[in-house]
Amino acid sequence: MNNIKYLDEYRDPVLAGKILEQIRATVTRPWVIMEICGGQTHSIVKNGIDQLLPPEIELVHGPGCPVCVTPLETIDRAIAIAGCPEVIFCSFGDMLRVPGSTKDLFKVKSEGGDVRMVYSPLEAVKLARQHPDREVVFLAVGFETTAPGNAMAMVQAAREDLTNFSELVSHVLVPPAMRALLSAPNNRVQGYLAAGHVCTVMGWEEYESIADEFSVPIVVTGFEPVDLLSGILATVHQLEEGRHEVENRYERLVHREGNLAARKVIDQVFTVTDRKWRGIGEIPLSGLAIREEFKRFDAEEKFQVGNISVLEPEICISGEILQGLRKPSTCPAYGKECTPTHPLGATMVSSEGACAAYYQYKSYSGN
Amino acid sequence: MPSITDFTCPLPRLDYDTIQLAHGSGGRLSAELIDKLFLPRFANPILNRLEDQATLQMPPGRLAMTTDSFVVSPIFFPGGDIGDLAINGTVNDLAMGGATPLYLSVAFILEEGLPIADLHRILLSMEKSAATAGIQVVTGDTKVVNKGACDQIFINTTGIGVIESGIALSAANIRPGDKIIVSGTIADHGMAILTCRENLSFHSRINSDSAALNSLVKEMLEVSKEIHALRDPTRGGLATTLNEFAASSGVGILLEEKAIPVRAEVRGACEVMGIDPLYVANEGKLVAAVPPDQAERVLNAMRCHPLGSEAQIIGTAVAEHPRLVTIKTALGAERIVAMPVGEQLPRIC
Repeated sequence: MNNIKYLDEYRDPVLAGKILEQIRATVTRPWVIMEICGGQTHSIVKNGIDQLLPPEIELVHGPGCPVCVTPLETIDRAIAIAGCPEVIFCSFGDMLRVPGSTKDLFKVKSEGGDVRMVYSPLEAVKLARQHPDREVVFLAVGFETTAPGNAMAMVQAAREDLTNFSELVSHVLVPPAMRALLSAPNNRVQGYLAAGHVCTVMGWEEYESIADEFSVPIVVTGFEPVDLLSGILATVHQLEEGRHEVENRYERLVHREGNLAARKVIDQVFTVTDRKWRGIGEIPLSGLAIREEFKRFDAEEKFQVGNISVLEPEICISGEILQGLRKPSTCPAYGKECTPTHPLGATMVSSEGACAAYYQYKSYSGN
Repeated sequence: MPSITDFTCPLPRLDYDTIQLAHGSGGRLSAELIDKLFLPRFANPILNRLEDQATLQMPPGRLAMTTDSFVVSPIFFPGGDIGDLAINGTVNDLAMGGATPLYLSVAFILEEGLPIADLHRILLSMEKSAATAGIQVVTGDTKVVNKGACDQIFINTTGIGVIESGIALSAANIRPGDKIIVSGTIADHGMAILTCRENLSFHSRINSDSAALNSLVKEMLEVSKEIHALRDPTRGGLATTLNEFAASSGVGILLEEKAIPVRAEVRGACEVMGIDPLYVANEGKLVAAVPPDQAERVLNAMRCHPLGSEAQIIGTAVAEHPRLVTIKTALGAERIVAMPVGEQLPRIC
């Protein structure tokens, strides 16, 4: 692998300082801006961007953490499947530590389950090819970002006629969640930083009606400090001027129509469905389900785990955090009963979860 | 990566080309393994006696003793293998106390079916590392377990060294004002291992930094006996070691993000996998806490040594925020660097 380029340019402290100056010069009154994606939250807190912004700007953290919003019952279903002796259960790394109602996937592994961390769903397809006598199941979670790869894996499995590959799907979509948040009676969000990588796949056409309907500026924003600051600056400009447009500040990767090949494969395999979000509840037409033509790759049907359902623990306020209604530090359990070692809710589990990001980078009480 | 043909020592002829349970039975095959494979690599007057115990002459000074087990997978990786890790890891733990490493025990747990050629290759690299570090293997043990009961080969090494009078290194000695120095780029070993694991779909040119640090420590202690603490940031990386420093001494530590050396290709691999280099293992680096008036002198001595040529002052011990490690980000904000919860896991997106 060659060195990654275009990192330093977007981490340049001098340039970041200049944009911060412009933000300070532009803002005249308080604004609440939500960054959609957990990756953005992580970067904001890691780089200390929230400390450097003028006090008028409040950043609230959005629901865009795939680990956080995956329903508890999906984890329980995964755990039920992973415990079957014939199964090789594959998942991205950060799903392995997410607690289900009684245990996590690491625990299943320690009990003898064949649980493997993979970096791509295509590796799971390869495992299925290599182990025709085993059932290989991939935990397909995430937003529009992971959907093309997970769809591609099923297309590949169909092409090879693999009968021992399936996916446990719990895909979610960003725009319906943005609508749901803005429609809520207690909504505080006045502007959005849209998730740059989601828009790399999907483009921003679908955001235009949201910006119009709810009169909120939506700025497509990347993940590096300069990206985030220029996204914030563009949002503040619009808010101060009373505009509400979709604006692209991740020009180096995002086009209005997105990645057409990726969108095509999502469409080929998935269809839009209602989906439950952990901590938030069901949002209509906010998820992806496997189309009839690919149903043979649906692990939920293959292993008959669709009937497993559970309730969230009551003390946890992660739902309100995912909706930007409360900050992690205002939760009485934060840093006390609830820590990354003993998470009560999903936002403390993933490094992209707002509670974990606060705990990792901000908690001065963490002795 | 060196191949077996790079070594001048040919593979000795044995009755089997893979390890059998009988190689650990204490019988003829065990004896053959010792005579043909182990002794030629580690021979010295103490070991050659082949008694049940090594009898040692110790020079004056306090004794230092440490033990470590090595279970790395894969056993061969760019820049090293489990053999040199097993020597260097224990040598470094002695060196961090200011000890001169003297003697080493080596115990192998071998999985039935391990190719003898692999074991030989590991022994050659142990021989080389032990010679570089100037430590003698004086006693050893070999067990063979059923296939599947261990992953190819596990190695335990225990080391003994001696500490000259006047040297008292301890994390508890760190005082506000001390400069924190790292001996070179961080995260090389952990990322070398991670990027060469077979299920990863990209390749890198990252080499492990596996190295014995005792000669570097000797140079450092020669220019200043007042160094407060030394530690090698292995598992858990620099962040974990500095949190241990802060916890043991009660000081706070403030790091400067820009000053921490990370190779471009390591940083790239970390970015791709969503991993923070501060938490990634090193096997040939040390962190020092040095009184401010000694820092430049120690830093210069480190930079004159091949293993410290990229040494940097990366932070300062402070009286504020006791027991807490913080970092000044490139943008000028300050955030905490917490103890890691568990192993870092690659993120979904």
